[in-house]
Amino acid sequence: MPIHYEVTSVTLDEIKNLVSDRALTGETMLLNMGPQHPSTHGVLRLLLELDGETIITCIPDIGFLHTGIEKSMEGKTYQQAEVLTDRMDYLNTVGNNLAYCLAVEKLVELDVPARAQAIRVILAELQRIASHLIWLATQALDLAAQSVFLYCFRERELILDIFELVSGQRMMTTYIRPGGLWRDVPEEFETAVRDFLGHFPKRIEMYEGLLTKNPLFVDRTKGIGVVSGEEAIRWGMTGPSLRGSGVDYDLRKVKPYSGYEQYDFDIPLGENGDVFSRYIIRIQEMRESVHIIQQAMDKLPSGPVRSENRKFVPPPRSELGTSMEALIHHFKLWTEGFDAPEGSVYLPVSSPRGELGCLLESDGGPKPYRAHWRTPSFANLQALPMMAEGHLVADLVAIIGSIDIVLGDIDR
Amino acid sequence: MGNNLQTAAETIQEKYNGEISSFRDQITLLLSKDSIVEVCQILRDDFSFGVLVDETVVDYWRRKEPRFQVVYQLHSRQHDERIFLRTPVSDDNPITSSVVSIYPNANWYEREIWDLFGIRFKGHPDLRRILLPKGYQGHPLRKDVPIKVEETRFTFNNDELARGKPRAKD
Repeated sequence: MPIHYEVTSVTLDEIKNLVSDRALTGETMLLNMGPQHPSTHGVLRLLLELDGETIITCIPDIGFLHTGIEKSMEGKTYQQAEVLTDRMDYLNTVGNNLAYCLAVEKLVELDVPARAQAIRVILAELQRIASHLIWLATQALDLAAQSVFLYCFRERELILDIFELVSGQRMMTTYIRPGGLWRDVPEEFETAVRDFLGHFPKRIEMYEGLLTKNPLFVDRTKGIGVVSGEEAIRWGMTGPSLRGSGVDYDLRKVKPYSGYEQYDFDIPLGENGDVFSRYIIRIQEMRESVHIIQQAMDKLPSGPVRSENRKFVPPPRSELGTSMEALIHHFKLWTEGFDAPEGSVYLPVSSPRGELGCLLESDGGPKPYRAHWRTPSFANLQALPMMAEGHLVADLVAIIGSIDIVLGDIDR
Repeated sequence: MGNNLQTAAETIQEKYNGEISSFRDQITLLLSKDSIVEVCQILRDDFSFGVLVDETVVDYWRRKEPRFQVVYQLHSRQHDERIFLRTPVSDDNPITSSVVSIYPNANWYEREIWDLFGIRFKGHPDLRRILLPKGYQGHPLRKDVPIKVEETRFTFNNDELARGKPRAKD
């Protein structure tokens, strides 16, 4: 099929039912924000209808980063398709791998050893901290607090070093695999994580010292982008953006996966549903994540990190030279992949941005017949117009930052 | 299966002639596309399924008739239960009813379905393409669209491949 398209700007005719009548007469102004605006956190384009500096309508335009990951996954075996999941939400790569692997494990009913589960939790929580650090850095930068940006990236680097230590990759790790992990963590892992945990709580204090009582920051965030709990639920918002409105919902508590039920942690809740509440919640979440990692490190069980089920999980390299069966399994798994039973599964996990769900439909073959991602940024961004209306353009920047969108997650 | 979910599924099954199936603890109801709006209304108002978590499509090209199935996922916060609804949509008349009036966040999900699968929604307020550029021909997530691999360019075939590459018109 020949691909043919022309890029044209959105015509007024097309959106006339979205903007007010005053836009058609030229009384209000239509302003294009993005896709290359630094405060839209990626390639998000917003079409704003302005009365002076007040936003009357906000129309998000997405798709600039669409890469067809769902389609590409249909052409790859279950093991190969995992590599694509890293590329979706590039700030939550471990979380994407985790959602995908849990979905595959649910589909084929694969067991995961306790040690692998604990390491998965440690890495997922480290990733949550790293993601929240990027959010804090950019949110503060958008509101003109430049030093926070540098501090946050300094700490994030330590987490990326840990990822590099375990997987060889800083960001696109693909370290979590269906049935367990790629390999066991190296010896230095424990020291690296404990080192990080040792001084990171003090750093959170420092960020808070720079921002929480800073009148410039508080003025720009309190009472801005208010969304009530009911509205947030109605619009399908999840994650810190939902909890900022005081709705207690976190999949780690409600539907624990990967052994989250063993750890003791709180779900911080906001009261006002404004940008400031969402800021406080993410700061608190970083503290809770530190707490979870500490517990997981303290009772890290020993044992294997991969399932022994050779029909789905390749044998360790060391067995290949001595066992004919291992060689056969290895060859079959890396050439053909494994067949999954016919059916459809959906598995949600709590990503730093909200509910990240993976829907896998299998036709009984080695490739997913349909892979669909329910991404939190997509759902949260849809509520942006509701939050932005009536605010100033400068506040819109704060609101976009506070729902913490990642465009790779939205466009897939 | 929770109590609320069980009653809900059975009520809908009786009233709308649905078909219940279960796989890995997930309850799916297969319904006709005409009843979807009413069913969503009942599930939201009477059984507290207040959140539309996800809406997507699976294309069973040459495997099943009707060709498409629209998959809705509803979540009840009070009971923490999830229910999946599936409505078949045929290829020769790919149109179904929009649930935007019940779940406002269905708006973008339905735009995405129109964009990638070419299924239209009756009563949708703003059915434009969402991910692909305006004016794009076709709906790429349909199964009859092949997964294409771009051929690697070398010195000897660079000019030839560059000519065939689609470009945006000015």
